[in-house]
Amino acid sequence: MIVPFGHVFLLAGLIFSFGLICLVAHRNLIMTLVGVEVMMNGAAIAFVGAALRWHLMEGQAFMLFILAVAAAEVSVGLAIVVNVYRRTGSIDPDRYDILKG
Amino acid sequence: MTVYSVIFYILAIVILVSTLLAITRRQPIHAVLYLIVAFLGTAALFFLLGAPLLAAFVVILYAGAIMVLVLFVIMMFQQSLRETGLMPQWGHAALLGVVFLAVTVAVVFKDPGSAMVLKGAAVQPKDFGRFLFDRYWLAVEIVSILLLVALVAILQIAKRRGAAGDEGEKREKEVHP
Repeated sequence: MIVPFGHVFLLAGLIFSFGLICLVAHRNLIMTLVGVEVMMNGAAIAFVGAALRWHLMEGQAFMLFILAVAAAEVSVGLAIVVNVYRRTGSIDPDRYDILKG
Repeated sequence: MTVYSVIFYILAIVILVSTLLAITRRQPIHAVLYLIVAFLGTAALFFLLGAPLLAAFVVILYAGAIMVLVLFVIMMFQQSLRETGLMPQWGHAALLGVVFLAVTVAVVFKDPGSAMVLKGAAVQPKDFGRFLFDRYWLAVEIVSILLLVALVAILQIAKRRGAAGDEGEKREKEVHP
């Protein structure tokens, strides 16, 4: 009636791999956090699609927990980024070489 | 091809294009704005897939709260630091993503169940809330403790930062009395 189940999973996999690329490729800690958000979005789409596929509400319940984990992760991550920026004056992870002898 | 499938494909294209634009921007502020579009598309997709309560949560929490938090933090950085390029190994990252995607496509279309057409159904918010607090009340409590732990962690990080700032100020006064 709506679409084949595989297309929903394909969409989720595409979004997840976009997030993976963003997470690894960017030289900026904010973009790293954005990549994690995109990956969680892909996982959430997969969960909600699976909830409709098997007509079980567990998938939607897990989407709610993903939402809470994403909120906690992004707030702690941003606090760490701001802290590190105040200490080193940079948000490029390659510049964090204070321990280098 | 019903009207629902047309809506699904339009939403999928909107989400994919805005996510792709978000991950290729050099300025994080543009990336976050494109990501808000992607999250609004995701909310509409959740509504289509029968989760109206989760659609409202995505609009309120993801697009409303989390992204605005990220925007505020980006505004705290200096202009010169907002724009940084790609890692030198971005080609490896792209290769990793493409391999992951190829495996996903292979697994999804190998499964005969993936051709099953989804039937429209919607969960009422009342039923969903009753289910959640009936069966998964422990998980809800654990998530609330997780949010509390995150709050305590942020307070601790901010406190340490303030102490470091005081030390720097003291050192500066010693150097320039």
